[in-house]
Amino acid sequence: MTATLAPPREPGSPASASSRRLAERVFRVREFGIVAVLIVFVAITAAIQPRFLSITNIQFVLVDATIFALLALGETIVVISRNVDLSVGSVLGISAFLTAQLASQAHGLPLPLVFLAGLGIGLGFGAINGLLVSLGRVPSLVVTLATLYIIRGLDVLIVGGSQVVPSSYYPSFLTISKATVGGIPDLAIVVAVVIAAGAYCLRSFRSGRELYAIGSNPDAARLAGIPMGRRIFTAFALSGAIAGVAGVLWASRYGTVDSTAGASYELQVIAAVVVGGVAIFGGSGSVVGAAIGALLLQTINSALYVLGVSPDWDQAIAGFLLLVAIVLDRFISLRLTVSLRRRSARRGQ
Amino acid sequence: MDSDLNAMAGNAAMTPEHIAGEEPGPSPGASGGWGRLRPAMRWESGLVVVVIVIAIMGSALSPEFLTANNFFNLGLNTGEIAIMALPMALIIICGEIDLSVESTLGMSSALLGVLWADHWPMLAIFAVVAVVGVLAGAVNGLLVTRVGLPSLAVTIGTLALYRGIALILLGPRTVANFPAFYTNAGTTAIPHTDLPWSIGIFIVLAVIFAIVLHTTPFGRSIYAMGDNAEAATFAGLRVKRVKTSLFVISGLASALAGVLYTFRLNTAVQDNGTGLSLDVVAIVLLAGVSIFGGKGSIGGVFLAVLAFAGLQNALLLTNFNQEATGLVTGGLLLISVFVPNAAMFVRYLRQAARRATRRPPSEPALSLPRKDT
Amino acid sequence: MRALLRRAPLAASTLVVASALAVAACSSSGSSTPSSSSSSSGSATAKTGLKVFVIPKNLGNPYFTTADSKGTGGALAAISAAGDTGTETSGTAATSASQIPAIQAAITKGANALIVSATDPTALCPTLNGATKRKITVVTYDSDAPTCRSLFINQASTSAIGTSEVDLLAKEIGDSGEIGIVSAAASATNQNAWIGYMKQELTKYPKMKLVATVYGNDDPATATQVTQGLLEQYPNIKGIISPTTVGILAAAGVLDTAKYRGKVQLTGLGTPDSMKKYVSDGTVKAFELWNPANLGYLAGYAAADIAGGSLKVAQGATFKAGKLGTFTIGADNTVLLGPPTVFTATNINNFNF
Repeated sequence: MTATLAPPREPGSPASASSRRLAERVFRVREFGIVAVLIVFVAITAAIQPRFLSITNIQFVLVDATIFALLALGETIVVISRNVDLSVGSVLGISAFLTAQLASQAHGLPLPLVFLAGLGIGLGFGAINGLLVSLGRVPSLVVTLATLYIIRGLDVLIVGGSQVVPSSYYPSFLTISKATVGGIPDLAIVVAVVIAAGAYCLRSFRSGRELYAIGSNPDAARLAGIPMGRRIFTAFALSGAIAGVAGVLWASRYGTVDSTAGASYELQVIAAVVVGGVAIFGGSGSVVGAAIGALLLQTINSALYVLGVSPDWDQAIAGFLLLVAIVLDRFISLRLTVSLRRRSARRGQ
Repeated sequence: MDSDLNAMAGNAAMTPEHIAGEEPGPSPGASGGWGRLRPAMRWESGLVVVVIVIAIMGSALSPEFLTANNFFNLGLNTGEIAIMALPMALIIICGEIDLSVESTLGMSSALLGVLWADHWPMLAIFAVVAVVGVLAGAVNGLLVTRVGLPSLAVTIGTLALYRGIALILLGPRTVANFPAFYTNAGTTAIPHTDLPWSIGIFIVLAVIFAIVLHTTPFGRSIYAMGDNAEAATFAGLRVKRVKTSLFVISGLASALAGVLYTFRLNTAVQDNGTGLSLDVVAIVLLAGVSIFGGKGSIGGVFLAVLAFAGLQNALLLTNFNQEATGLVTGGLLLISVFVPNAAMFVRYLRQAARRATRRPPSEPALSLPRKDT
Repeated sequence: MRALLRRAPLAASTLVVASALAVAACSSSGSSTPSSSSSSSGSATAKTGLKVFVIPKNLGNPYFTTADSKGTGGALAAISAAGDTGTETSGTAATSASQIPAIQAAITKGANALIVSATDPTALCPTLNGATKRKITVVTYDSDAPTCRSLFINQASTSAIGTSEVDLLAKEIGDSGEIGIVSAAASATNQNAWIGYMKQELTKYPKMKLVATVYGNDDPATATQVTQGLLEQYPNIKGIISPTTVGILAAAGVLDTAKYRGKVQLTGLGTPDSMKKYVSDGTVKAFELWNPANLGYLAGYAAADIAGGSLKVAQGATFKAGKLGTFTIGADNTVLLGPPTVFTATNINNFNF
């Protein structure tokens, strides 16, 4: 006699497909939500102060946001897998200094090599984080907290009291952040492409989807045979590499690099990621959302300066927004859980 | 959703004990919660050794290390962090985290400054600051327990929000004309001792927290919640109420720390306290409090405060590059989490080796049911 | 209670540790007194071999590294020329909470003199007064803590810096137009003092208007953003003064585009090395500074002389500061290094700091 239990839900079965569609719809809603907030915000600010939408200001905001958007990309990859990378600010700082030194002392070096150097430096530190978390079975909060301290300490030891100054770079290094194509900064275009590529990889490649699985339910992911160690290691290595590249951009943008570059960026990046709809305990969220989150926070920053509101309000607004975002996400996901359960209950009987 | 409470520390739930079927360590039921003390005492004995080593190293590096004057300075600079570490330990033991402590400190410092500049009487200011501290903690607690949000995210938000409120309150100004009565308390010793007031307060609070945590049902329930929040709820413990009260206590302690900090420096300025949250978390982790929840003791916190402060001070007294203290703190943190995991890691490696030889590596440990069954 | 008794071993070991430390503390010297050996070299009654600690606002700050290092001819060079031992120490955060432990450690290590650039005019006072009570000489340089030091080495007269900045900018923008200030931290003593004099000097130019003062906190990213905000909020702005080396660099970076170069003038305090690029491409016409190494050098000698006994602090007293010559103590127990140097395209390449 065959059991009368309902057959287990298969990946191709109609029930899960429709719940997956529902989940996708929710994601898209979430991303639209944050885009809507951004548009409303920009509209209100522009109404009060039309110069907010001047070409130069848009360029400023876009370029300032690119660095955070990149960091948000890396952080999202890590957070989706139910981890956190607190060391991104320190990695950015050390990469900024070392590559700035490189750019100022090796004048013949082609730019792409400088970027590669930054990527390599970041990759190295990211790999260390990845190894410690995946092999050492240590919670990433603690590991990256420790590497935050250690890498910043290393940075400070290496830099000492020196700094790299703009005069020492070769000119093309400094203009990276100023080059524009039809009014849109090159940097913004490149970063947008990178983010789109990242989003595609996360959605369409199996390893990307596995990261979501790990974040949703690590025990089940392990039982399903997902190579957790490898995936998590890769996530951290990527996050580090991206922070390394962001460091090169930082050096090129701000010119002067000393030992404080990137200090306390990690919490801002996490705020951007959460505002962008990535669940802090993993399993859901999109890279595009996180990038928009970074853009939103930078836009608020810029708006405050342009409106003449004391920039002191900036932190409070960012904190408030973050809280609103996570409360909203909680409601949406509760709704989703309820409706999924209702749906599965209907199918089950 | 609720089963994720244990993963709130932001880890990948890489708990080998749940998968490989190893001994999970003392369970909440065993000997009424005291079974967990054995591994805790092993950690604290390690800490005692660390503190002694630091003391020896410090005095070897500098003859002024073991002087009353030096201890006084040490205490002075660590008092506020130590006070905040006590409720932080309880919060982490029960499975949550509070990153907003530095901003609550900053907010209460700013409030103190603003109200003082407006000529409010000091006692009224204390009352207001205490209430604000309680509210700050309550917001955290309610968002975590009633709305069900992860404490990591919530407290990152309040970290920014409360710092923002401090910025808005004070703006760019500095208030620095506090009455000598209070600023002296911030910089001189308790009469007849060599202890700064903040350390005196810390010691009293540490004793109270130790008694509450280790002997009362309230304390036992904190451990239970950290171990397994669902089981705790089913066992009838009022998880939400306890957690909210812990956040409130943390807010109040941070407000107190803010007042002490302001008087010590005789300055209320918008960036008071920035960076301290991670120091507090580092001390609590060093104390042997497990980030997974369910383990830790106040004795450990006390020893960790000694170790942390002693180390920073010893390094200061030598010509060790001050900026590299971060290296040492970070290294200590890593060691503090790797040591307990080392044994498990070795076991894991051995099991992995055994598994690899027994089964082809490409096959997963368990397979999902296939279509034809 | 049984529960407490079970914790006895832990409590006992903690108590043992705590009391051991306490006993050690009480049995060794109660408080360390400044040590000094009195070998007589140099001036007749001066003591040498003293321990002098240089405590800038923060370590890892290139301005202070130049001011303090031996290699650049800064404070440590002067201290060793005076026959004493110098050490540089501080915190890393440029806040008083970060600077105080370093001051305390210096006192504990038996300092005879402290040379401090104050992160805050009053927050350091309890600690500095404690030092003075222990007969430690307290000299401030670069940024003052007026009520708790014996002497302040000022890089240039506060009013001279403020007024000359405004005059420099006025010349460049033709005496009329909107201007802004990009400052450092809102609480920095020196910044606020200079800005005060700038505002005073501005009254001489009725057609010039200060529209905003923004704070870059000596962080390149923040300084860049506040400058951008300033330019967007006041599109008719003609000039910017940034009396901080980090701020002027950041502002120059923002103005270094075709849109702003030549239309918005920038001046302020900057180091010639870092500004060379912007002077040569025309973004900045002129800016000024003093030589930070000379500032440190002067402070070094002053502290060594006071601690050594050859200089009694009083208005009108004079002392010789090695290669820099003789200096006189002025009002408020302040010594001026000298007038600021103005750097332009013609002379910038003569300098190396």
